[in-house]
Amino acid sequence: MKKDFLSHIDKRNSFFWVSSIVILFTLIIILLSEAYGLNLVSTSFTKVLGKTLCLCIVALAMDLVWGYCGILSLGHFAFFGLGGYMIGMWLMFERTKNIVVESTQNNVLPLTEIEISEAVGTQIFGVVGGAEIPLIWSFADSLLIHVVLILLVPGVLAYIFGWLAFRSRVTGVYLSILTQAMTLALSLYLFQNDSGLRGNNGLSGLQNIPNLDDFSQAELSIWFLVLSALTLIFTYYVCNLIVNSKLGNIITGIRDNETRVRFLGYKVESYKLFIFVITAIISGVAGALYYPQAGIINPAELAPIASIYLAVWVAIGGRGYLYGALIGAAFVSLASSYFTGGQIPNINFGVFTLKWVDWWVVILGLSFVITTLYAPKGIGGLIERIFRRN
Amino acid sequence: MNSFLKLIFQLFFVLIFSNPLYASESNNLEKVLNNNFKLIIKSSSRTIEPVIEDLLSTKSPNLEEFLKSWRNKELYYVKKSKLIAILKQKNSNGYELLQFSNKTSLGFFKKKEIKVIKPNSGVRSKISNALIGFQLLNDDPKVRSKSLETLTRKFNSKYLIPLKNALEKENNPDLKKRMSELLVFGTIKYSQNEDEKISSLNSLRGNMSIEARGTIASLLESKLYVSNKMPNLPNLARNIIPGNSYKNADGSSNKPFFYFNKKPEISRSEAIDLLIKNNFLKDYITPSRRDEILKQNISNSHIEGIPVKQLNSSEERNNAYNLLVKSGKAIPLKSDKEIDDLIKGHFFYAVYKEKSPKVINTAKLVFNDINYKVNFYEYLDLILDGLSLASIYFLGAIGLAITFGVMRVINMAHGEFIMIGAYTGYVVQLFIPNHTISLLVAFPLAFLVTFLGGVAMERLVIRHLYRNPLDTLLATFGISIALQQIAKNIFGTQARPLTSPEWLDGALVVNDVLSISLIRIAIFVLGLIFLVLLLLVMNKTRLGLETKAVTQNPMMASSMGINPDRINMLTFGFGSGIAGIAGVAIGLFSKVTSELGADYIVQSFMTVVVGGVGNIWGTLAGATMIGMLQKFIEWFNPSNTLAAQTYMIIFIILFIQFRPKGIMALKGRAAED
Repeated sequence: MKKDFLSHIDKRNSFFWVSSIVILFTLIIILLSEAYGLNLVSTSFTKVLGKTLCLCIVALAMDLVWGYCGILSLGHFAFFGLGGYMIGMWLMFERTKNIVVESTQNNVLPLTEIEISEAVGTQIFGVVGGAEIPLIWSFADSLLIHVVLILLVPGVLAYIFGWLAFRSRVTGVYLSILTQAMTLALSLYLFQNDSGLRGNNGLSGLQNIPNLDDFSQAELSIWFLVLSALTLIFTYYVCNLIVNSKLGNIITGIRDNETRVRFLGYKVESYKLFIFVITAIISGVAGALYYPQAGIINPAELAPIASIYLAVWVAIGGRGYLYGALIGAAFVSLASSYFTGGQIPNINFGVFTLKWVDWWVVILGLSFVITTLYAPKGIGGLIERIFRRN
Repeated sequence: MNSFLKLIFQLFFVLIFSNPLYASESNNLEKVLNNNFKLIIKSSSRTIEPVIEDLLSTKSPNLEEFLKSWRNKELYYVKKSKLIAILKQKNSNGYELLQFSNKTSLGFFKKKEIKVIKPNSGVRSKISNALIGFQLLNDDPKVRSKSLETLTRKFNSKYLIPLKNALEKENNPDLKKRMSELLVFGTIKYSQNEDEKISSLNSLRGNMSIEARGTIASLLESKLYVSNKMPNLPNLARNIIPGNSYKNADGSSNKPFFYFNKKPEISRSEAIDLLIKNNFLKDYITPSRRDEILKQNISNSHIEGIPVKQLNSSEERNNAYNLLVKSGKAIPLKSDKEIDDLIKGHFFYAVYKEKSPKVINTAKLVFNDINYKVNFYEYLDLILDGLSLASIYFLGAIGLAITFGVMRVINMAHGEFIMIGAYTGYVVQLFIPNHTISLLVAFPLAFLVTFLGGVAMERLVIRHLYRNPLDTLLATFGISIALQQIAKNIFGTQARPLTSPEWLDGALVVNDVLSISLIRIAIFVLGLIFLVLLLLVMNKTRLGLETKAVTQNPMMASSMGINPDRINMLTFGFGSGIAGIAGVAIGLFSKVTSELGADYIVQSFMTVVVGGVGNIWGTLAGATMIGMLQKFIEWFNPSNTLAAQTYMIIFIILFIQFRPKGIMALKGRAAED
């Protein structure tokens, strides 16, 4: 009885701890930043940190859908990418339009709407040999509609896919393969030049926010960092709320024994679908925050392997611990960029030189194996054990 | 002595060519030469044509020789007497020239008195063309064959008769066939004779060669016209309504097929251009012309009192322009309605270049006939394409059919076993240069390497995770990326060649439409061998029996004296080994890179799932379905393999909704998870 109560308190507390750590971290970065502080942290590093926060958000979604609901989705990074594409369309269109209008300021006749859209079309789609603006860009000049689309597109796709998959009771590894197939289909589709999204060129120049040209990248990077941090805290709050509610108990039940929950009279499919869709939306939002900081999005980002990496972060961080997912995503993605950044000196063994850039992925891959074999609960499990002992 | 011989020779020539019959014709040649003297000595490719025609019409027996010496710059002319002659000899007396037609000596000349005739390259090529007719009658079949080749490249109406003559005398069957083919194509293109054309067309019935199709298609080409009268022409191809899909001459309309976004034959703006060109539409101000006129009339950043800044829409610009019209500075715009009425009031139509309706009808009939046959073979080709893709998928998936299908182990590193197999083949080729032998070594070696790899993986990792397939997925994914990176570190990122033996390079050519490359047949055969091998192993050997026993009920199996650990290890090794062999085969036709396996992994899993897990026949069915489907979708939208793959995966996702257990679902006890 006492133990149950304790664990209950622990879980509630995790939100307090996580949000305070994130806020503290953000404040420290602002204090050290180039734009508003002591100029000790470079803009590019601020962007890396901001991107890491976004990856933490999508890891939270992954943890919710996999760690709590037991659906190993290999498609959540595709939703992430879709969110990025949705915001990217607005960013690219609006900025190109501004540039076109600005550069033709000295024309004798001001441009008509049609001439503007023709010029923008050539600018954006010239690389894929087109000049017309495809139908899917119809609302690209409206930020509001595209913010809605960030939620809607991944949400609807997840709803359709989930409805089909759960309805026919595809579970376990079959579902994983199916989600992977969906991801592959999406990335292949985007790779073609007539997809209307610039094929393998992807969308670029996303770091330039239209109508905010007066602000430097240093300032913008801080804004995005703060925005990402706030979104992370909010997402954590929502996820925490879900897993600690009755809904949370049911989805954990589904994870552990789906048939039994179904026999108890719950509509398992609806619960799974709800979790699948909500996490897809969270992923989309995370992507929409990530790609303006990354500056470019292309179909390779959506490739199935990215989604598997996401699963691996969560696995290393600890399935079934929300904070575990955060730690896993932050730890692995930061370590990856550190080791492959070429800043670490190579180790010379005489006959053989260990180049970190070359061998980091090997070490990473083997560490997945070791984690799954010997620490199936990941870092989160380790922390839990220490915490419990106290 | 030498000069004496020459004298005899000379006499001999004189005797022959002074024969009265020859003389008249030879004189003919001289006459033509005399008449065209100026054109010949200062020739240009533009003026030389009628001269050559004249020369050919003399039918002189020395003509070929003359043309050859002309081309080879061996002709001279005497400046004073304006005679064209050939050099006989050059000695201390000067240059001795021979009259061309009868080879009589013109005497000796000094260097100043004569000049060599140097035709430029354009003229030389014209002369060569004229020579073709002679070459076709040459005694040497090689010369005939070569001149026929030249003729094929630049055929025109002039060659019809020489070719026909040559064909009559030709006795080499191969050349005869080529000549008659060329004559048929030439007749269709250049003959003026209707009956000849029709009979030539009919002889092409069922001929699927590209030349035949091209020739007939060129006959059916049409040109666009516009007129204010209803056209009444015998060779009318079709009436056209601008902006709509077009109508045939018989009134039937070619409705666009739903999938192909067929554009109208002529759009509205093209119709306007056509009207302007034919003077049916005058004084038309295009939008860009309008803007230009507006720009010219800007004064003080206003046009007729309207500030320029306001002109940011088409209507505003029209308004401003109309003000200009009112003040007489511009001609009025045509309204959209006026233009539309004008287009409606005119007839747009296409007319065949060929005049005779009889020929057109025959051409249409023959063309349809050929197309029917071509379509048949194209479908056949499509099916064979699908089969060969299916065998590739089958090869990729067959190892998985064991590890995933039978053992239910999700092995994400399966693709890397394929890659290791391909790299093994590459390394073996480095040591054994003979490609046939190296392939024979590579197959067992690849099996051995990947078998050991599979066994090691099963012992070290998978064994501990049998209870949790999702964890297996993660762990094997870790192995997969580690193996990929190791391969990258060893072999680099660029593709390595795995060359197939020469005897696999060719293709089995059935006809002009259908040809199958031998390597595809080899892959297909290999797939069949694998299928048989696998069926034998799973159904006829003790290992197969024990594997099934262990996967269905390990406790019971072990109580019957089977060691489940050993069986799992061997089965996993066997599946991996087969992936290795498949890797060698796949490497033969695709580039060997570290990502080779990753390209196949998702499709391979799909193949197994769609076919039905745990059933080798199912894998075959799955591979066939996916391969065929992909080729059929590609056929709908060619040149877009990516889209085909996308639609295929979507189809598979939907398919699994309706048959979650795949095409060939297991029934009974084996089906229980």
